[in-house]
Amino acid sequence: MDPRAATSTIASIVPAVRAGKIRAREVADAYLERIAREDAALGCYVRVDAEGARRSADAVDAAVKAGRDPGPLAGVPLGIKDIFCTKGVETACASKILRGFVPPYESTVTARLAAAGAVSLGKLNMDEFAMGSSNENSAVGTVKNPWSLAHVPGGSSGGSAAAVAASLCVGATGTDTGGSIRQPASLCGVVGIKPTYGRVSRYGVIAFASSLDHPGPFARTVEDTATLLEVMAGADPLDATSVPQPVGAYAKAARAGRQSGSSLNGVRVGVPAEYFAAGMDPEVEAAVRGAHEELARAGATLVPVSLPHTRYAIATYYLVCTAEASSNLSRYDGVKYGARAADPKSLEELYARTRGEGFGREPKRRIMLGTYVLRAGYYEAYYGKALRARRKIADDFAAAFAKCDVLVTATSPVPAFKFGERMGDPLQMYLADVLTVAPNLAGIPALAQPCGFSTMGLPIGLQVMGPPLGEEACFRVAGAYESRTSWHEKRPPDVGGLK
Amino acid sequence: MTATPMHPKYEVVIGLEVHVQLATKSKIFSWSSTAFGAEPNTETDPVCLGMPGTLPVLNAAAVEAAVRLGLAAGCKIRPRCRFSRKHYFYPDLPKGFQISQFDEPICEGGAIKFRLHGEPHSVRLTRIHMEEDAGKNLHAAAGVSFVDYNRAGVPLCEIVSEPDVRSAEEAAEYVRAIRSLVRYLGIGDGNMEEGSLRCDANVSLRLHGETKLGTKAEIKNMNSFKNVRDAVEYEVKRQATLLDKGERIVQETRLWDASRGVTQSMRSKEQAHDYKYFPEPDLPPLVVDEAFLAKVRATQPPLPEELFIKYTTEQGLSPQDAGVLVADRATARYFDSSVSSGAPAKPAANWIINEVLARVSDPRDLEGDAVPVPAKNLAELVGCVQSGTLSSKQAKDVFAKMWAEKRTAGDIVKAEGLAQVSDAGALEEACKRVVAANPEEASRFKENPKLMGFFVGAVMKETGGKANPKAVNEILRRLLG
Repeated sequence: MDPRAATSTIASIVPAVRAGKIRAREVADAYLERIAREDAALGCYVRVDAEGARRSADAVDAAVKAGRDPGPLAGVPLGIKDIFCTKGVETACASKILRGFVPPYESTVTARLAAAGAVSLGKLNMDEFAMGSSNENSAVGTVKNPWSLAHVPGGSSGGSAAAVAASLCVGATGTDTGGSIRQPASLCGVVGIKPTYGRVSRYGVIAFASSLDHPGPFARTVEDTATLLEVMAGADPLDATSVPQPVGAYAKAARAGRQSGSSLNGVRVGVPAEYFAAGMDPEVEAAVRGAHEELARAGATLVPVSLPHTRYAIATYYLVCTAEASSNLSRYDGVKYGARAADPKSLEELYARTRGEGFGREPKRRIMLGTYVLRAGYYEAYYGKALRARRKIADDFAAAFAKCDVLVTATSPVPAFKFGERMGDPLQMYLADVLTVAPNLAGIPALAQPCGFSTMGLPIGLQVMGPPLGEEACFRVAGAYESRTSWHEKRPPDVGGLK
Repeated sequence: MTATPMHPKYEVVIGLEVHVQLATKSKIFSWSSTAFGAEPNTETDPVCLGMPGTLPVLNAAAVEAAVRLGLAAGCKIRPRCRFSRKHYFYPDLPKGFQISQFDEPICEGGAIKFRLHGEPHSVRLTRIHMEEDAGKNLHAAAGVSFVDYNRAGVPLCEIVSEPDVRSAEEAAEYVRAIRSLVRYLGIGDGNMEEGSLRCDANVSLRLHGETKLGTKAEIKNMNSFKNVRDAVEYEVKRQATLLDKGERIVQETRLWDASRGVTQSMRSKEQAHDYKYFPEPDLPPLVVDEAFLAKVRATQPPLPEELFIKYTTEQGLSPQDAGVLVADRATARYFDSSVSSGAPAKPAANWIINEVLARVSDPRDLEGDAVPVPAKNLAELVGCVQSGTLSSKQAKDVFAKMWAEKRTAGDIVKAEGLAQVSDAGALEEACKRVVAANPEEASRFKENPKLMGFFVGAVMKETGGKANPKAVNEILRRLLG
């Protein structure tokens, strides 16, 4: 069992485990061993749960042996972003303020994955409270990009993307509030999807910005990503914003796209002019234009479209997300769980010191901004206006999807940047999300997949967006592109022993 | 408005905010129980504790209760409303915000109707909105505090009145009317001492005839109807004294201290919170459609004012008696049940007001199986008096036995041979015997009608005290006349 092998995919592992050709325990051990060797240099995992992983794997093997159904993800080793609450396993959101917090409940997503036979290897690093685009905001150390240790893996789900790229798990969970799945997937050369808002339950996923938070999966192939999403998705009585519609046949759609010949006949691929604006790296633009041509060769029709309100997306996004973050993070006050300042002299001091000592710079920055946005008398000028702009941005997408089935753009305007390069300038960092925030504001599905490498050898990512609940269209197009290219077959070099 | 003003110089203007806990089984946004009095922090769940990643899901029973209250108060029910987050830091507030309603409350307008000194009275409502309750801070000695989150997430309706109330008495009666309504509707128990009904009063004064409102103080921490009355009375005096001295009223929140009988400043407007309201993103807008309204309307119970009119017209009760009977749903139900078991309305009302209510500390004790004399048994007793089987005096003794021993009137009358002899033939014989045995007294009867007492007594003795005195009188009058 070699985690780096081409066959180390869900599509290969699950049938082998179900048929008893390989034991889930063997698979888990191979990954645990690789994590032990490789992760010291990468820093993907904040907590490896070897004991839990072996226990889950053994349960799968026992089910197979007893002739019971071990589930559609039998024996698949996964990494879980540290934002998903896992019963009995510390969940700290890469923040000092939640250090030591062991949830007495399980997130809906991780519960569904476990019920499907997946094996959780541990919790993955991230930007603190999912705030960041480089994983440099983690309170528990940075994650290195497996393709170049001097470069960031992207964020906030940097640990998830890097762990999948470095074969430290077959798939991973992530959350995407403004690009936190797609941007690191792009920077690490893996596949990730932010589904439609409400398609995947947020119950047990620590909130950053409630109306923008989208849990979703990472994997190395489009089909694996689709298979994971099929298990994660679905209505949840514990999330009032989850959507009731039945879950689509995502893996089937991914395979349909892969059929040889003109598998995209009749598919209209929208090319929005606004997503090729100034500031885009020429290598990224070339790779995306090349992808458009490849899709055309697969039978798709390229349709120029316009999303005129795109230029308001970043401003709108930072008004909404900071307002909601300042509210969601109010609960970390040292009273009930997590860190508490020592020996406070008064209630005010308990709050001020717990929060002052517990939150890192970026959560503090966003709490301050959000508090400003929501203060009395300014609601209309900021939050109210942002909600109206949000509506316009969603209307743009609706108009575009009247003319096309999917939109295909770049995910990040640049390949991975170096550590420290943007940390001094928060605005520059926020602009890393320029191509990814609009789908969060509109709640539409958007998938990232590799579409090339820069001359420095850093991955470049494609973004495939669909209309609300149009995940199948995204998977079909992404599957077609993947089958005609080989970017997903490349592996970063092993870094074991390096530091 | 009251006929005589509460203050000779100033008009008293009061608006009230009443919080009513809704008696749903589970909390407004999660599954733990709303039961009162459990061990601290045992009726909790990750959602009501505000644990990371948890989400609120609206309890449909709480919505139904709010709609029921809104319909009863004649409010307009919003077809679509939403929840908002109200932010402040306090240890009893697990999330650092309370999920409440701000710009789109579920109910708007309407009025609370009640009687003040028998006269119909109405206080207009601004709105009724839904929200979650907070936990409770328990302050131990030596600066140590604990928090009990059992109450966190219990559903509340906040009923906000227009500044229509003009006296302390009216304020207390308004709150009492809300309690009565809540109990009639079966949506809460309205217990001020346990905090399932809480009241804040905004009090201001202005010269009679002035149209501009004066500066108000908000009074909190009133835990009984008497507190409401006393606190408002105190506050009116305090403000009047300041105004008389030419001083200004400070807009502030004041706490009622019942033990000292004063209100004390808690925080001024300058220290007021900025609650940073914004729409709750975790809850979709709440849609209340016609079908839902129709369902609630069809199951609305009769309300006190409706019953008051029925009792005073159809059933001929006095407004005073009707007022006592409708004051609590349990009393009204007991009365209705007595009447439907055959008791005539007036005597049934008298028995309930004079005997039954005197024996219960809370009218709600009349509900359920625990009541020693169920309504149908009272009806049976009233029937015995009506038919002449028991005298009024006997009936009172029988009732006392029924209450103490949980027996029926029939059972007691039979076991103790209490039935009055009303059989005309038997009585006639007994009277004849008595008259015959006392010829001297019989001959003196015409000059001295007071001898009637002597004869009645003798007949009673003859019949072992079971004769119907009224019938005996009639027969003797005829025989001696």
